[in-house]
Amino acid sequence: MSVLVVLVVIFTLAMFVGFEVITKVPPTLHTPLMSGSNAISGITIVGAMIVAGMGATRFAAVLGVIAVAFAMINVVGGYAVTDRMLRMFKRERRP
Amino acid sequence: MSGWMQLAYLLAAVLFIVGLKRLSHPATARRGNTISAVGMLIAIVTTLLDQQILSVELIVLGGVLGSGAGLWMARAVPMTAMPQMVGILNGFGGGASLLVAAAEWHRLVQTGEQLPVDIAVTIYASTLIGAVTFSGSMIAAAKLQELVPGRAVGFPGQHPINLMLVVALLAAGIYLTVGPDHPELFLALNAGALLLGILLVIPIGGADMPVVISLLNSYSGLAAASTGFVIRNPGLIITGALVGASGIILTQIMCKAMNRSLLNVLFGGFGAAASGGAGTDARTAALTARGVREVTVEDAALLLAFARSVIIIPGYGLAVSQGQHQVRELADLLEKRGVSVKYGIHPVAGRMPGHMNVLLAEANVSYDKLFDMEQINPEFAHTDVALVIGANDVVNPAARNTPSSPLFGMPILAVDQAANVVVMKRSMNPGFAGVENELFYDRKTAMLFGNAKDSLLRLIAEVKTA
Repeated sequence: MSVLVVLVVIFTLAMFVGFEVITKVPPTLHTPLMSGSNAISGITIVGAMIVAGMGATRFAAVLGVIAVAFAMINVVGGYAVTDRMLRMFKRERRP
Repeated sequence: MSGWMQLAYLLAAVLFIVGLKRLSHPATARRGNTISAVGMLIAIVTTLLDQQILSVELIVLGGVLGSGAGLWMARAVPMTAMPQMVGILNGFGGGASLLVAAAEWHRLVQTGEQLPVDIAVTIYASTLIGAVTFSGSMIAAAKLQELVPGRAVGFPGQHPINLMLVVALLAAGIYLTVGPDHPELFLALNAGALLLGILLVIPIGGADMPVVISLLNSYSGLAAASTGFVIRNPGLIITGALVGASGIILTQIMCKAMNRSLLNVLFGGFGAAASGGAGTDARTAALTARGVREVTVEDAALLLAFARSVIIIPGYGLAVSQGQHQVRELADLLEKRGVSVKYGIHPVAGRMPGHMNVLLAEANVSYDKLFDMEQINPEFAHTDVALVIGANDVVNPAARNTPSSPLFGMPILAVDQAANVVVMKRSMNPGFAGVENELFYDRKTAMLFGNAKDSLLRLIAEVKTA
């Protein structure tokens, strides 16, 4: 089996895991779910770091640095804003 | 990639799944987000140890810049602007995927050899998905922020032009995969994909943006997965698939709650079709002829103060007037008088899924008072007063009663089953669907006209003295 086929298998199975987990999130938390899963999609940072760090060509290195910056905005911004929202969800707290 | 690194990426993916699972309850959600962030940290540290990485200076430079910008955005953004924020974050994720694909392409082309087909396919797919996600998300965010016109912007022949562009992009991708390397064509592919993202989102109206944001959220996941295919990393693929699935589910939920198909949202032009005298059948005509019953603030306050149970239905009009804190104050006053107060929240209240819940949580409303549509609907029948604040289409009984209405079949809050209904609204203007609302003409409905926040402040003053 070629590497690509194995990766496609992994992708397909992971989609099913995603469906299972996400359908259990209540509507109340759908906005934090979006920003939180957004932060997770910043996993592209891994690819960005590799192309920036290899510096195979000057051009590739420049693209890599910008990619790292973009992905980090996604990761840090996503987790921070999700935390800010979830911190506000409280049970009965009388002044 | 060594075996232990593969396992480290797998661990990161597992932590993401555990983190998402914890999002199934507000009490565990914050911890879940932290677990997920730890997973990301593990993935980043693992990558730093990768032998392919020769210098870390550039990575640190990009990382510091990006982290600073991200942190600043996360702190500065007001909760009402959350849909734009998510759109922008999506866009940066897509942009990163695009750049990684381009950098990999440049590196491989430099070697002078023909790209293997399986590598080439993933690079071009990643370019396309990343570019569409980037430009589409940025346009969506600009529309929500009203930097560009929020309404649906149409141009003649937009569907054939988009279709031709898609076909051209696919043809270019296939030609690049099987044919010789062609830098100009690769650049054209990038430019064309960025243009496609803009053209796909620009014709969609501002009120449909929740669906678009959800869909782009899914794309950003697929973009991350496609990067995983480019650099042959299963951790990225698993993670991207998770996010892709999450976006697809949210898109489905939004479409269902708006009574639209995804195709209709993307290519429909809903506002134009619905305004053509829709919903003016005999039944609605008879109702509207009767006129509405207006109520004074004093009477509305008395009705609320002496009720046993009240359900508040907040809509986007409340968020626009920034009256969330006043709603909570009113609810607190009523509860002190022994009135039971709950909130009924429609899935499309606000500008993105769950947006209204965040806005109310910001105003310190306890999350166990926020009820989903399915949970709250059985309770209206034995509720004294339903207080509708700035919501319209989501409480229109035409969705159940009038088969000719464009709203027919849409799940709504059963507000008309409450003993009394008070509707706070600026004017009699119809909602987004452009349809008359039967509820406003119901005998038990009292209309309280005015800006939601002003009316709430006056209600609060009256309830205090009641």
